[in-house]
Amino acid sequence: MNPEQILFILFGAVSLIGAIAVISFRHPIYSALSLIVTFFAQAGLFVLLGAHFVAAAQVIVYAGAIMVLFLFVIMLLNLGTLSVKGAMGRKLKGLAIILGILFAAEGIYIAVNALNDTAVASAEPATESVTTTTYQIGELLFSKYLLPFEVTSLILLAALIGVIVLVKREGQEES
Amino acid sequence: MALEYYLVLSALLFTTGVIGVLIRRNAIIIFMCIELMLNAANLAFVAISRSLGEATGQVFVFFVMTVAAAEVAIGLAIIVSVFKHRQTINVDEVNSLSG
Repeated sequence: MNPEQILFILFGAVSLIGAIAVISFRHPIYSALSLIVTFFAQAGLFVLLGAHFVAAAQVIVYAGAIMVLFLFVIMLLNLGTLSVKGAMGRKLKGLAIILGILFAAEGIYIAVNALNDTAVASAEPATESVTTTTYQIGELLFSKYLLPFEVTSLILLAALIGVIVLVKREGQEES
Repeated sequence: MALEYYLVLSALLFTTGVIGVLIRRNAIIIFMCIELMLNAANLAFVAISRSLGEATGQVFVFFVMTVAAAEVAIGLAIIVSVFKHRQTINVDEVNSLSG
């Protein structure tokens, strides 16, 4: 086993265990903290894949900004475990897990077999330690994908206005 | 590492998110599971981008992250205002729209 395989198994196992912890903890705070662990492990996987910019963005945007928002809302609402009561029945839960396992089998089948005929599989495997520099990403982002990039800023603006309207209306009704 | 390993890991992470959406009733945890699914898609994007030896996949990861950030901001605002009205965020109890 070379170091890359060991690191892949390590990060992959941590991210999977974190993901399973997210859906099995009862208290939302523990779920959120497990999700942060998953995000960090995935940032490690991105580094292994030579995508340093994406790894940094993952830590800053997901583990930083988005998870802080989650934790803030959980603590603001002070939910505790109150919303756990009235959880779905055991039968439905079992059915959901069986369907999920079927879904995973399909996904693995596609990943292993169905990609054989596509351009992805026919491309010669990249040589070791290919890294994508931020320069390359920036060049693509500001030339070929300039329009989607600008639309992205519109999405953020729309989200900003939407959040302000959603929260502000509440305050005016009360006063 | 071959591409397949990353794609299988991505499929497993995505499935974990799907199962979470199916079995949990807490709206915030359902949101976290959606984040898990988006991240699994990101992992597949980056793995295929590496395998093809070009950066386009990572540009799309950038777009996915932006949409995820916008979605989380709006979703959590909706959850907060639903909680103000109904005092619960259990998705089985918030069913006025289901007819």
